[in-house]
Amino acid sequence: MIKSIKTWILVVLASSLLVACGQSGGGSGSKKSKTLDNTKKAGFVKCGVSQGLPGFSNADESGNWTGIDVDVCRAVAAAVLGDADKVKYTPLSAKERFTALISGEIDVLARNTTWTLSRDADIGLTFVGVNFYDGQGFMVRKNSGITSTADFKSGISACTNTGTTTELNMRDFFNSKNISYEPIAFEKADEVVQAYDAGRCDTYTTDKSGLAAQRTKLSAPDDHIVLPETISKEPLGPVVRQGDPVWEDIVRWSLNTMIEAEEYGINSSNASSLKDSDNPQIKRLVGSEGELGAAFGLDNEWSLRIIEQVGNYGESYKKHIADTGILPDRGPNELWTKGGILYVPPAR
Amino acid sequence: MNFKNFKFDLSNKNKDLIPQVLTILLIILVVVYFSINAQNNMGNRGISFGFGFLSQESSFDITFSLIDFDGSDSYAKAFLVGLLNTILVSVIGIFFATLLGVTVGIARLSQNYLIAKAATCYVEIFRNIPLILQIFFWYFAALRALPLTIDSINFYDISFLNVKGWYVPKFIWTNFSLFLYSLIAAFVLIYFASKYARKQREEFGKQLPILYISLSILFGLPFLAFLIGGVSLSFQIPELNQLSTTVYVYRGGVSIIPELISLALALSMYTATFIAENVRAGILGVNKGQKEAAASIGLTKSQILKLVVMPQALRIIIPPTTNQYLNLTKNSSLAAAIAYPDLVLVFAGTALMQTGRAIEIISITMLTYLTLSLSISIFMNWYNTKMAIKEK
Repeated sequence: MIKSIKTWILVVLASSLLVACGQSGGGSGSKKSKTLDNTKKAGFVKCGVSQGLPGFSNADESGNWTGIDVDVCRAVAAAVLGDADKVKYTPLSAKERFTALISGEIDVLARNTTWTLSRDADIGLTFVGVNFYDGQGFMVRKNSGITSTADFKSGISACTNTGTTTELNMRDFFNSKNISYEPIAFEKADEVVQAYDAGRCDTYTTDKSGLAAQRTKLSAPDDHIVLPETISKEPLGPVVRQGDPVWEDIVRWSLNTMIEAEEYGINSSNASSLKDSDNPQIKRLVGSEGELGAAFGLDNEWSLRIIEQVGNYGESYKKHIADTGILPDRGPNELWTKGGILYVPPAR
Repeated sequence: MNFKNFKFDLSNKNKDLIPQVLTILLIILVVVYFSINAQNNMGNRGISFGFGFLSQESSFDITFSLIDFDGSDSYAKAFLVGLLNTILVSVIGIFFATLLGVTVGIARLSQNYLIAKAATCYVEIFRNIPLILQIFFWYFAALRALPLTIDSINFYDISFLNVKGWYVPKFIWTNFSLFLYSLIAAFVLIYFASKYARKQREEFGKQLPILYISLSILFGLPFLAFLIGGVSLSFQIPELNQLSTTVYVYRGGVSIIPELISLALALSMYTATFIAENVRAGILGVNKGQKEAAASIGLTKSQILKLVVMPQALRIIIPPTTNQYLNLTKNSSLAAAIAYPDLVLVFAGTALMQTGRAIEIISITMLTYLTLSLSISIFMNWYNTKMAIKEK
């Protein structure tokens, strides 16, 4: 008995020691970017993406991720690690995404996520920019005779994803029109598509880009139309954890570099030849003038690598969204100089 | 600290106590450590902790709810809606799983080859396929198999079944509370009547027709309420409305959504297989001699089953069946996959996403399931004690 008591005391002492050690080990990050250090140490960027949304983040048969969201992570990897392929992708549901980011499982969340006040301010996240301006729309069957949201009447049933802003917008929309509706919210997009396809609901509502992409999964895509109205603003963009301003800047400016490169006509094929350009703004973007990278502890060619390895925003959009037939027209996602609303602060 | 006066009293009793006290201290230490750590980490990342969000406006709608709910209600009410939906599907599931399980369990012991084999096939197929697949199967099979609203299956022009749900007439009561009171009164009366009947049988050997007495009370009292209490009941039959060229919907009446039907179906079909095995084990567990002894004193076959076999079999059946009830309740959380608005989908899904309060919401959800499960457990333990052999 005495012996067993001694063992117990030992166990307790040892555990309290461990606990004490654990306590001192924790704590906040230093002034330098902990995320940047960890990323360099690991040799890859930890990137959270969707579970498969064509055009944004989608894996092919051999597991290669492509899409405009994926390109944000690739740009960060090119800037930080020198190789756009050094990214580890984690597919996340709408529900899991913020927890994964906050807990440190991923360092960048590029998963068609809408920038809202409460998400930005309330739950420990920071949105760094917008890489796709979207808006919520409705898809209906062609033969339903519904040609605009003005044709909706009380009793309509609408399928959507749970845990997204669409659930809230849908309510605002139907309430403002005084229409009673039946909301059916699924956890995964694939189930929404199946249920809508089977006739469980009369309309499918989500971001318009999502509708265009999901329509291709229906049994007869041509029997369905996306209504012209847009009922909400959905600025989609990459997100980082709060509390690491350097990392936040790296992700923000990686995205901005892609957009600004397009503005100045720099693309993946001509970037290195523009080093001797007459335009100082172009020279800054390809790293032959100024010391922009030093501001976040990177070398001077970080932006050149992004443009060379990932391409500018226009190239990325054309490859993933336009050429795949999802949204051939750039709409608001055109540069401000060409009638769109893509406008980023200058890199200088 | 003065150690001189500090002396261990190492009597046997204390020796036994010390490891236990230390274990408890250790557990408390670990819990405190993790909560402090979580608090620090959340503080570092700028996340606040608190339950204030529960009173905020939820601003989302829910398909199916037992109480009135819309987006202007609070998250706390959304929680209640989810909880009630979880309880609803669990109760329906438990009811049908028990019914089906007992039937199949007895069928497996049938002398009839076909019935016994059919029951065996059912058990082997349904208990060996993962539940989530069965839920998907019933849901999407049902959606694909059911007709569109305009071609609904019509039950005598009062009830309609289609891909959007099963529409049944709505009861419209006047003086509903009086009807409810008459029902409660009937149950109380039946309780005392059966007590009296048992006393009569045990003391004087008189067999009262208690079944008929109970039935007449059960129907008689509410009937009186209708006749003289001014209770009346009318039905609102669902009506077909056209919303656009091909979009139709039934209004009026009550809609039982396909998500509820397929979830309840999948849960009860799955759990019934395990209950069937429990029932079979219970019946086989009763000694053959018991039946023979009962037969030798002249009891009929149904009397043997009712008075001799079942009371003993129940003692074997109840504990593992309690587990199945608990499993069913917990498995109902798979509802999220097919959009049935249960606690997990509504509260740990939508509400969690809208508020971002992961720790608070998951803790509340876990505590809720724990409470639900413990309540079922307590009830079943009480029933088990009631059914146990009372040594005289």
